[in-house]
Amino acid sequence: MSEDSLLALRGVTMRFGGLTAVNSLDLEVRRGEIVAVIGPNGAGKTTVFNMVTGVYTPTSGDIVFDGNRINGTRPDLVTKLGLARTFQNIRLFDNMTALDNVMVGTHARHTSSVVGAILGLRRHRAEEREGRQTAYRLLHFVGIQGRGGTVARNLPYGDQRRLEIARALGTGPQLLLLDEPAAGMNPSEKASLAELIRNIRDSGVTVLLIEHDMTLVMGISDRIAVLDFGQKIADGPPAEVRDNPDVVRAYLGEASSAS
Amino acid sequence: MRVSNFFTNFAASTIDGLTQGSIYALVALGYTLVYGVLRLINFAHSEIFMIGTFATVGVITALGISTPLSGIALVGFLLLAAVVAASASGVSAVILERVAYRPLRRRGATTLAALISAIGASLFLQQLVSLRFPDTLSTTRVMNKTIYATIGTGLIRADKVLVFFGSIFMMLLLDRLVRSTRFGRAIRATAQSADTATLMGVNIDRVVMLTFLIGGAMAGIGGMLYVIFFEATSFFVGFVLGIKAFTAAVLGGIGNLRGALLGGLLLGLIQEYVGSVLGAQWKDVVAFAVLVLVLMFRPTGLLGESLSKARA
Amino acid sequence: MNPKRPLRGWTAPRAGSVDRMAARWRALPRWLRWVGYLAIFVFAISLPNIPNLGDVMTPGSSWQRVLFYPISVYVLLALGLNVVVGYAGLLDLGYVAFFAIGAYSMAILGGKYGWGFWEVLPVGVGLAMLAGLLLGSPTLRLRGDYLAIVTLGFGEMIRETANNLNYLGGPRGLANIPPPPSIGHISFLQFSILDPKPYYYLLVAVIAVVIIMLKRLERSRVGRSWTAIREDEDAAQLMGVPTLKFKLWAFTVGAAVGGAGGVIFASGNNAIQPTDFPFILSATILAAVVLGGAGNIPGVILGAFLVAWLPEAARGFDQYRVLVFGGSLVVLMIFRPQGLWPSKIRAEELAEGEGGIDRLGAEVGTVRAQSGALDG
Repeated sequence: MSEDSLLALRGVTMRFGGLTAVNSLDLEVRRGEIVAVIGPNGAGKTTVFNMVTGVYTPTSGDIVFDGNRINGTRPDLVTKLGLARTFQNIRLFDNMTALDNVMVGTHARHTSSVVGAILGLRRHRAEEREGRQTAYRLLHFVGIQGRGGTVARNLPYGDQRRLEIARALGTGPQLLLLDEPAAGMNPSEKASLAELIRNIRDSGVTVLLIEHDMTLVMGISDRIAVLDFGQKIADGPPAEVRDNPDVVRAYLGEASSAS
Repeated sequence: MRVSNFFTNFAASTIDGLTQGSIYALVALGYTLVYGVLRLINFAHSEIFMIGTFATVGVITALGISTPLSGIALVGFLLLAAVVAASASGVSAVILERVAYRPLRRRGATTLAALISAIGASLFLQQLVSLRFPDTLSTTRVMNKTIYATIGTGLIRADKVLVFFGSIFMMLLLDRLVRSTRFGRAIRATAQSADTATLMGVNIDRVVMLTFLIGGAMAGIGGMLYVIFFEATSFFVGFVLGIKAFTAAVLGGIGNLRGALLGGLLLGLIQEYVGSVLGAQWKDVVAFAVLVLVLMFRPTGLLGESLSKARA
Repeated sequence: MNPKRPLRGWTAPRAGSVDRMAARWRALPRWLRWVGYLAIFVFAISLPNIPNLGDVMTPGSSWQRVLFYPISVYVLLALGLNVVVGYAGLLDLGYVAFFAIGAYSMAILGGKYGWGFWEVLPVGVGLAMLAGLLLGSPTLRLRGDYLAIVTLGFGEMIRETANNLNYLGGPRGLANIPPPPSIGHISFLQFSILDPKPYYYLLVAVIAVVIIMLKRLERSRVGRSWTAIREDEDAAQLMGVPTLKFKLWAFTVGAAVGGAGGVIFASGNNAIQPTDFPFILSATILAAVVLGGAGNIPGVILGAFLVAWLPEAARGFDQYRVLVFGGSLVVLMIFRPQGLWPSKIRAEELAEGEGGIDRLGAEVGTVRAQSGALDG
């Protein structure tokens, strides 16, 4: 386990009754990396995300984040530790504005509560200000500046995906989990997404993403882990993985094109 | 508060607890069935029970019963009243479903919206009856409450025996129905997965209607037994009893038919035992406390299984 | 957006004209809006004094009296319940319990022990909050309809307990509850049994304070968290929102307002009995909140006003009141079931029988009980 390991899964297994979704998975994400997790549908990828973020408790194994074992830790506490995510099916707060959505993310770092709000205490006002500024900055960063006042459900699809990323970034994470961020995007949107992901990494946030689009994955990842039936069948730089016969076999019959 | 009362009255508490509890159990069946299939708390089920009580009073009045019956006459009365009460309640339940719940299901409303609708329906039915019968209605005694035996301060009385065994009988009948008939299987399938059941050719609307019908009928019979035992009813009788029956359902494990029986009997006993110590006026509070405690600490109830599992 | 659960926003498009009006209002410069609020406040204060208004609004009973109770009391209670139901999206069927706790605090401390109104107020509020905390802590994890029933049970427990304990007056209740101290020699602030107006003014002031408090909460981390919880509780939690803590806060704040209402009610009514706190009152306040459009302050106030005033105005039809009430709830749900709880999580959690967490996109087929519910 190297010094700059940010997230490490060791022998992690997830069983639901008789079904084993993830089988003894070893995965490591180092600081500053962009790691992609790929695999056919049903391979257990989102389950991994759910375990890491505290939604599921692994049946066995260890999940270590930034030196802390986080198996079964409550989701909001995991987020406070520096882990944030987006969702396969977008889960924005549909009736809140884009700005408010991101501000909810920033609140993960805040502490002011009911008393502070009612009395208008200084810390409360400072946090509001800071949160708002951060939110604006993030909207700009993901490319949807000017949309702050729009209610989330009225945003075009591509902007919604970006908003979800902005919201997650609002929590100030060290590691960002992106669950199929390119789903439903056209090629130019995907290119722009790729650049965004690189910018995110350059800003100091490590990225772990699940994705089906091979062009995107090959283009931005430092490393790719391939899952099939809950097991890791390959793990390495893009070039290595692409030529791996096991990987090809797993995808046999599946369109492994940039769709 | 007299702890010694608990011991002196133990037999009486047990007998009375089981008697009352079996009425709770019958009504609880309705809650648990509907919940198992629809994940809905049929708040108005208490009024379905109340309608059963009024139907029974109606039969008593219509037959002009003025002295207690026995023998064949009694049996005949019981059968008639059971049919009438079960029908009245069952049909009311079906209408209730049609009017207050189905439109919500069609529109994909949340179950909470259905609960609000249920509350509205409950109030509506209550008040509807109160317009015609604003006061408590008493009835003549329909059976001789002969005492078969005494245990301590407890009386094993004919009506208590009827209520208890009558309820058990109805429940066995229901158990049989759910386990061995097509209807029963359809209900269980729907409880497990409505989508799959539809694919298997099950008509969900029909199943829902049946569930309400059967649950309502059980409550109706509970109502009949109630009237025989208490010899009175009112438009408001369903409210507290309904909450208690729901408590029984949760206590036993919501969605679990045997749980309804267990929960009902257990709740009846707990009420009586604690009541013997604290005083009878606290029985209702005890029941509510059980509800709150069970939901706080063990919401899956004692038996915890759901209707969807193989054993109903 | 989760395609499985079409969105139901209850701050969702209300009729366009209302939206436009609201937008125009918000666009006005701040000071102008404050003038508007002041005007509304002055209007409210003048209501009991407008000549002949009472004959129109409540023929046959005292308009001033009705303004105090039920109108302004219901408005206050509805604002409190709105925090629980409208902001945080939790269904509370036993809200009357907090009202009762406040009232009995006033009756006992003021009536029996001679405490002053202003001394009792914080205690009554505090006790209600404590009750909210005790009730909420173990139960707020429960699914929506279970929570509803637990709160119902709790409300009934409080009422029955008051009915059974002689210390709390039993079925007869408690009387001789002192009024607040009259303020100086200002004529309209002389509190006595005879005149309901000062109590009404007091309530209007309290309502104003509560509204300011609520607005501040709305625009803060707290309010946003509540909205996020209501919209999608699991996503909120994954964005770092401590959902249980904020749900508990909603409960507690709601309880505090209810308790305050109880203290004032007891003091103004001079006497209270267990029958003043039935389940139907909880249901009525809930209807006020739902009717007005849960979450929106002016709407809730209007809803409470209507729910309190209509039965008084139509006194002759008293017996049909609950009938109409019940029927309208059903009708309301049929035609406007959306507009209540948009939370797709609630729908899912209710559908599945457990938290809707399984639906977070995992490809694994959910082994737990699948939806047997309203999908059919």
